[in-house]
Amino acid sequence: MSLLQIRDLNVRFATTDGEVSAVNGINLDVARGETLGIVGESGSGKSQLAFSIMGLLARNGRATGSVRFDGAEILNAPAPLLNKIRAERIAMVFQDPMTSLNPYMRVSDQMAEVLMLHKGMGKAQAVAESARMLDAVKIPDAKGRIRLYPHEFSGGMRQRVMIAMALLCRPDLLIADEPTTALDVTVQAQIMELMADLQREFGMAMILITHDLGVVAGSCERVMVMYGGRIMERAPVDPIFADPAHPYTQGLLAAIPRVDQKGDQLSAIPGSPPNMTHPPAGCPFAPRCAYVMPVCGQTMPPLDAFAPGRERACYASLDVVRKGHAPQPDLPEPAAADLDEMQESAHDH
Amino acid sequence: MITKPLISARDLRVTFELPSGGMPWTPPRLLQAVGGVDFDLMPGETLGIVGESGSGKSTLARALIGLVPATGQAQWQDGTNLIGLSPRKMLKYRSEIQMVFQDPLASLNPRMTVGQIIAEPLTTHHKGLSRDEVKRRVKDMMDRVGLLPNQINRYPHEFSGGQCQRIGIARALIVQPKLVICDEPVSALDVSIQAQVINLLAELQRDLGLALIFIAHDLSVVKHISDRVLVMYLGRVMELAQAESLYADPRHPYTQALLSAVPIPDPQLERQKRMIPLKGELPSPMNPPSGCVFRTRCPRAQELCARERPVLEGGAHLCACHFPGKLMAEELAKSA
Repeated sequence: MSLLQIRDLNVRFATTDGEVSAVNGINLDVARGETLGIVGESGSGKSQLAFSIMGLLARNGRATGSVRFDGAEILNAPAPLLNKIRAERIAMVFQDPMTSLNPYMRVSDQMAEVLMLHKGMGKAQAVAESARMLDAVKIPDAKGRIRLYPHEFSGGMRQRVMIAMALLCRPDLLIADEPTTALDVTVQAQIMELMADLQREFGMAMILITHDLGVVAGSCERVMVMYGGRIMERAPVDPIFADPAHPYTQGLLAAIPRVDQKGDQLSAIPGSPPNMTHPPAGCPFAPRCAYVMPVCGQTMPPLDAFAPGRERACYASLDVVRKGHAPQPDLPEPAAADLDEMQESAHDH
Repeated sequence: MITKPLISARDLRVTFELPSGGMPWTPPRLLQAVGGVDFDLMPGETLGIVGESGSGKSTLARALIGLVPATGQAQWQDGTNLIGLSPRKMLKYRSEIQMVFQDPLASLNPRMTVGQIIAEPLTTHHKGLSRDEVKRRVKDMMDRVGLLPNQINRYPHEFSGGQCQRIGIARALIVQPKLVICDEPVSALDVSIQAQVINLLAELQRDLGLALIFIAHDLSVVKHISDRVLVMYLGRVMELAQAESLYADPRHPYTQALLSAVPIPDPQLERQKRMIPLKGELPSPMNPPSGCVFRTRCPRAQELCARERPVLEGGAHLCACHFPGKLMAEELAKSA
């Protein structure tokens, strides 16, 4: 059985502008030791999905459906149960290490607190164990620096502290929400390498949430692409980059400039993401999609398997979508021309 | 005829004074954010500036328009040195040099309508224009950047991030500048929107013959849009070359390390890629290393590097390194 099993998860927020549907009917399984990448732009629901698993939704948020962790239901579970699971079995690393660490507490105190609470260790033992973990995340002079306050560390070092803290109880699942977005590329590369090493060493599963397809390519086995609170495509990492089967995945890949290639015009996806206060009735990507058909605006296409391990939610036939895709930018790209036309006509009106 | 550079920077320095923290008579501590930068920017050219946080890339750009006090030279096409100009004299050049900022929403006044925001530079620099003429130009510009002219009376919060950035671009272009400095203009935007804004900037630049200084930490974006690229580290220029030459044949060890860290959205290439690890962390700019500022983290650093600061040299492909050239596998193994 999979470590994490999510069925029909919905997350809604009550706001003054009406109800916002952040996550819509997500099914997801994560196996032990696996690395899953969740890719999406802002507002795609990727972070809210993680927060609902951890029971960390904002007060006006409500999650429905089922989240089973190691067989036990944890969605909307009472706080004592969640507190037992959080940190011990599932840990989370957040985007901004400065705001996620307590600025008034020494790193030694905040780290030891976790072990004293969850493992019943004494202070001295907890601090010693914390220092060992800081050493594992390659913080130089860990024993000396554990006495420092968070602001005395650089951004990259702070993120290492966050990771060390998340790993203290040797969790089975680590959820990393944009762990390197605030960092420079050289530091990002170090942190991603470190996370991969630690994951191997501790044998934990990881959900990596990011908007950066490059980071996903380097570190994930499986990728799930989200848009408008729904899953657009899910597949192992190689095919999703080599042969994207959903127009949105295609669009995303074509829109990123690449350091290893030469390109003249980027194929931008026209339009902007949907307003989730009034989500479109059908596929959320339909208003921006080059392959849109009348049915797309009516009902959401189901997430269907079309090859082993590969699923897509799209009414357009796979052949049509594949034809529009040209992985090499020097090949003629019919979809790009269509997109430009659409973009221009959008400006005219 | 040889075209004159639009702007020509020589030994440009920005030094901030920090409170000493000691006694009132202890001298202030000095932080050199930009330490002696030289470059020329041709009319219509795009110069990309890359570097990690703390490299001084934004400070350099701000120095050019007098937003931070600087010393040295930044000579405009007409021979005037922009550094140290009085605010009154600078006003003239402010309409020639405009800026687009990183955070699209924060750089727009929430209490002004889009029309007022875009018109403000125009009414500041061209006081004689009639209201109808201002409105006509604003609407033209909105159309030009892909905004609907009928949105002229809306407020910034009613727009998405990408649209706000279009408003910022319209505001910069309304006074027909010769140079637009874009400080991380797309780093706050989603990938799909980022591509729209990059394409728009490239198109406007082509059509209007603008020169661009494009500052970004994303090396792929900079490669895409720039003619030439300047790599900064700790306030100094490490390498300056044509974009193609720099990315295909990076000579400075820092540029090589930086490029090797960029994730490539292709799992197979990403797995084969060899990273060049950098030792340690960025040194404090309060106390930069002697000689070459990069030497403390360089896999190739030798005694000479601590003694002498390398000069930026090499014809068309400039590099400030005593031992430039491709890092070899054995060197990396030795340093690691």
